[in-house]
Amino acid sequence: MATIQSPATEEIHPDVALVARAKEGDEAAFEQLIRQYDRQIFRIARHITQNKEDAEDIVQDTFLKAYQKLHQFQGNSKFYTWLVRIAVNESLMRLRKRRNSKTVSMDEDVQTEEGSVPRDFADWTPDPEQQYGQGELGEILRKTIAGLSPGFRSVFTLRDVENLSTEETAEALGLSVPAVKSRLLRARLQLRERLSKHMKVKDGMTK
Amino acid sequence: MTDYFDGTVSEPLLAEIRLHMAECSHCEVTVNTTQQTIHIYRNQEIYAYELPETLRDKMRAAIMEKCRCSKPSRK
Repeated sequence: MATIQSPATEEIHPDVALVARAKEGDEAAFEQLIRQYDRQIFRIARHITQNKEDAEDIVQDTFLKAYQKLHQFQGNSKFYTWLVRIAVNESLMRLRKRRNSKTVSMDEDVQTEEGSVPRDFADWTPDPEQQYGQGELGEILRKTIAGLSPGFRSVFTLRDVENLSTEETAEALGLSVPAVKSRLLRARLQLRERLSKHMKVKDGMTK
Repeated sequence: MTDYFDGTVSEPLLAEIRLHMAECSHCEVTVNTTQQTIHIYRNQEIYAYELPETLRDKMRAAIMEKCRCSKPSRK
């Protein structure tokens, strides 16, 4: 198995060998891919659907679909990016089923500008992690991110939580790079606006 | 602005942005608090949704079982 670490794209990513072996029917190789990415896929699904049970199902559905479509994966992108794309689509489909009425697409309700135009200019307490306990802050963050539309939540999750590059995010979401950048900015501004009410500087404090 | 937050903005533009922020407190606060937003989320959310090892093992076994049952199509 290739063990070259690959910070640069010129070197061969270790996944390439694993995928090749999995395509040949090597179960252990595919299991290794699951071990490598199940946590990220779970987090992404959890963020987008905001539902733990759905996220668990999506992890299984994602890897199963990947296994079934492995012959279609040509290696033009990273395996992980391709996997994330499957996971995002599965997540959005779940949301659609749950909502049961309107479709949930990447374009749905990203047209809204609400929150994207900054209105709150009070500066924040310099160290919110200190001001709130871990659990409390985590709860606040979950609530605010749940308030984002799925379109914005997906972009923010991939880019700012999972640290995919802009290009990888674009590929995983089927968007152009400028579209990712634009949605990311608006997502960040919306989150900022929502978080603002929890983060106000106390009277008399300077930033 | 996305490029600014990601550190990929060009030098001349960066200088312009910094100059403006020095003069405009609204923009400065917006930029700083947005940066804080990103930072808070990156630190927190990574740990917020962990998958316990036992569940990972269970899911992996279930996935492999389903994979074995489904015959991957060759074409």
